[in-house]
Amino acid sequence: MTRTMLTGNAAAAWGARLAEVDYVPAFPITPQTEILETLAGWSQLGEIPARVMMMDSEHSMLAAAVGAAATGVRVFTATSSQGFLYGFEMLYAIAGLRLPLVLVNVSRALAHPITLEPDHNDVLSARDTGFLQFHAETSQEVLDSILMAYRFAEHEKILLPAIVNLDGFYLSFTREAVEVPAPEETRNFLPAFRPAYPLLSNREPVAMGAAVLDPSLYSYFKHQMHNAAENVLTIYPKIAGEFAETFGRRYGIIEEFRLDDADYVIVMTNSFASMGKAEIKRLRQKGKKIGLARLRLIRPFPHEELQRVLRGRKGVAVVDQNISVGKGGILFSEIASALYPLADRPPVLLSFIGGLGGRRFRPGEFDGMLAKMENPTESAAETVRPHLLFTGEECRQVGRFFTIAREEEPSRET
Amino acid sequence: MKREFYKSLRTISHEEPLGPGGPLCAGCGGQLNLRLFHKALGENVVFVNAAGCSTLLATYPLTPLNSSWIYTAMACAPAGAQGVRDALDILKAKGKLSADQDRKVVVLTGDGAAQDIGLSSTMAAIHRGLDFYYLCYDNESYGNTGFQTSASTPYGSRTATCPITPSSPHGSLHEKRDLFEIWRVQRPPYLATVSAAYPLDLSEKIYRAGKFKGPKLFIALTPCPPGWEFDPEWSVEIARLAVETGIWPLKEAIHGEVAHTHVPRKFAPVENYLARQGRFRHLFEPKRDEETITHIQATVNNYWSAVRNNEVSSDGAPAPHPHGP
Repeated sequence: MTRTMLTGNAAAAWGARLAEVDYVPAFPITPQTEILETLAGWSQLGEIPARVMMMDSEHSMLAAAVGAAATGVRVFTATSSQGFLYGFEMLYAIAGLRLPLVLVNVSRALAHPITLEPDHNDVLSARDTGFLQFHAETSQEVLDSILMAYRFAEHEKILLPAIVNLDGFYLSFTREAVEVPAPEETRNFLPAFRPAYPLLSNREPVAMGAAVLDPSLYSYFKHQMHNAAENVLTIYPKIAGEFAETFGRRYGIIEEFRLDDADYVIVMTNSFASMGKAEIKRLRQKGKKIGLARLRLIRPFPHEELQRVLRGRKGVAVVDQNISVGKGGILFSEIASALYPLADRPPVLLSFIGGLGGRRFRPGEFDGMLAKMENPTESAAETVRPHLLFTGEECRQVGRFFTIAREEEPSRET
Repeated sequence: MKREFYKSLRTISHEEPLGPGGPLCAGCGGQLNLRLFHKALGENVVFVNAAGCSTLLATYPLTPLNSSWIYTAMACAPAGAQGVRDALDILKAKGKLSADQDRKVVVLTGDGAAQDIGLSSTMAAIHRGLDFYYLCYDNESYGNTGFQTSASTPYGSRTATCPITPSSPHGSLHEKRDLFEIWRVQRPPYLATVSAAYPLDLSEKIYRAGKFKGPKLFIALTPCPPGWEFDPEWSVEIARLAVETGIWPLKEAIHGEVAHTHVPRKFAPVENYLARQGRFRHLFEPKRDEETITHIQATVNNYWSAVRNNEVSSDGAPAPHPHGP
C-alpha cells in the first residue's frame, strides 16, 4: 500500500488500474478527460495491459463497451454531463443486456446554459436505467468504490452495470491523500474477471438483445433487473465487510456523521457533503443536536437503511444538488416515499435545492435550514415544495450581470 | 473481375446458415443477401446489428441464425463491432480464446442506419481500420417502419413520407446518396456493391475481401416487396433488372481503386425496371411522366459514360434535376 496525493480523477484511473480492467473505450469531455488520458498514457507505456480505444462519441464509446463486455472482458469507461446524455440510449442497452461494467461519471451541470461546474442532474437522469449508483465524497472513496462496484456488478445474483459518481472540479481536480492498495492485495478482494453470463466468444452461438414481442416477457425481464438491483442491499454487508477486512476501510450504504443523538438531520451526497459536515461541526459547537446523513448508494435505493437512520428524528432537511424542474429535489421525493410508511417518521421533512452549477453554500444557510426544521411555520402545501437556496447578494450580482448584458456599445460619433 | 474461387453455382455452400421460418417478409431481398453472404463467410461469425428489418431476425426465444448475434442500437453497430473485435483480440492475447474459436465480426444494417443515423460511427470504424465486415442491405428506405424516405431513396420514388399528390407528382426529388463513394473516400481495403441476383459475383467478392485485414464493406441492393410494391416471387428478377438497366452497378474498390465487376453487354432501358414496381407507378399512370423517366435514364447514362471514360470518381455526377432540388 502506498499513500500519495491524488485528484479525484487520478483516483478513478487508479481504481480502474487496480481492477485490472481489460478494455477502456474512451471519448473526451471536461471534467472527466484526465481519467482517460491517464489510462491511455499508462496503456501506451505498457504499465497496464488494458486496451484504450478512442471512439467517435459517447454513444459509440458505450456501444463498444457493450460489444466488449458481451464478448467477455472487464470494461471500464468514464464520461460527464453532456457526454453522459449523448450516450444515454446505450445506458439502457448495457443494463438491459446485464453487462457488469463500471462507468465513472464526473458530474457537471447540464446545458443550457452551458457550464462546467457540478450538480447531479446528469447522473440522476440515469436513475431508472438499471445502473447501480455509488456516489463518492473523497478521492479515496472514488478509488475504493470502483473496486467495490466491480464486485457488486459482476456478482452472479446482480449482473448489472455500476456508476461511480464524483463531482467535477470540486473533487475531480482536488488533490487529497489516498491509500493506493497494492495489486496483490487488490486481487484478494477483486479476483480476475470470470463472466457469469453467456458470451459472444462462447463456442455455442448466442443471440443477445433479441426482440421481445410479448408484454409479459418484457415485464419479466424488467422485474428480473429490479430484483437483481435489490440484491445489492442484502449482499452489501458481505462485500463491504470483505473490503474492510482487506483494506481497513469500512463503508456503509449511508455515511452517518454526528447522528448518534441528533434530533435534526441534513441529507446530502457527494463532495458538497464535506461542506455540510463543516457546518454540522459549527452548529454542534453551538449546542445544536444536528447531524448529517450522506447517501452513498442511490441505486438500488436504500429504503430500509434510510428508515433506520431517519426514524424518530424531529426533522430532516434534504439538500438536493439537482432540480427536477416543475417538481423539485429528486432525492427529497425518494426519501419521502421511504419514510411515509413509518409511524415514527420525522414530523418535519423539508426540501432544499442547493449547489446547482456548483453554487457554494452561503453563510447562514445551514442555520436557516435548522431554524425551519425547529420551527416549522409552513403549510402542508408549502412544505412539499422545494426551497431554492439563493441570497439577496446573489440577486444583486445577477442584476449587475444583466446590466452588463444590456449595456450598448458606447457611440463613437460623439 | 476474374473469379478465382466461385466458378460455378456448385461452389456455393450447401450448408444453410439461416434456418427456415424466419419472421421477415416473403421475398425479402435482405434475407436472400444475408443468406448468400453468410454462406460465403462460413462459420464462426458474430453479427452486430443496427435497428432495422433484420433486427426482427432474433425474436425471443428464436433465432434463425447458426451464428452469434447482438443487437446494439440504430446508430452504433460499427462501434459495437469495435468492442467485440477488440475483446476477441484481448481474449486471444490472454490465451483465453483459441484461434479456431475466433470470430468474423459482421455489422448488419439497413440503408437508414448506414446512410443517416449510423454514418458517423461507420466512418469512424473505417477510419480506425477496424477488422470487420459490413453488410448494408439497401432497400432504399426506412423499410421496417413502413417505407419512409432515406438518403438511399432514388429519384422519382414514391415513399410513405413522399406520397404522390397534385403538388408532388414526381415522387422524391432527391438523388440517391452515393454511399459507395462516401466510404471510398477513406480508401478501405475492400469495398463492393453486390446483388443477390448475381450470387457468384457476390460470393467471389466476399472471398476476395477475406484476404484483407481491416474494413470490408458491402452494399447489397435489396428489393423489398411490400415497400417497392411487387409480387414477392419477383425479388430476384427485380434485383437482376437493377443491374441489367445499369441502375445498380456491380463494382469493387480495393484500397480505393474502382473496378466494375459486371458490365451488361447491352443495357436494358430503365423503365423495364421502374415499370415493374408500384413505387414508380406514378411515372407511368395515369399518364407517362416522360421528364422524370428521361432524367433517371440520363443519370444512368452519365454514370456509365463516365465509367467508360474512366472518370467515375470525379465525374459520375447525376444529370441536372428536371424538377429542381
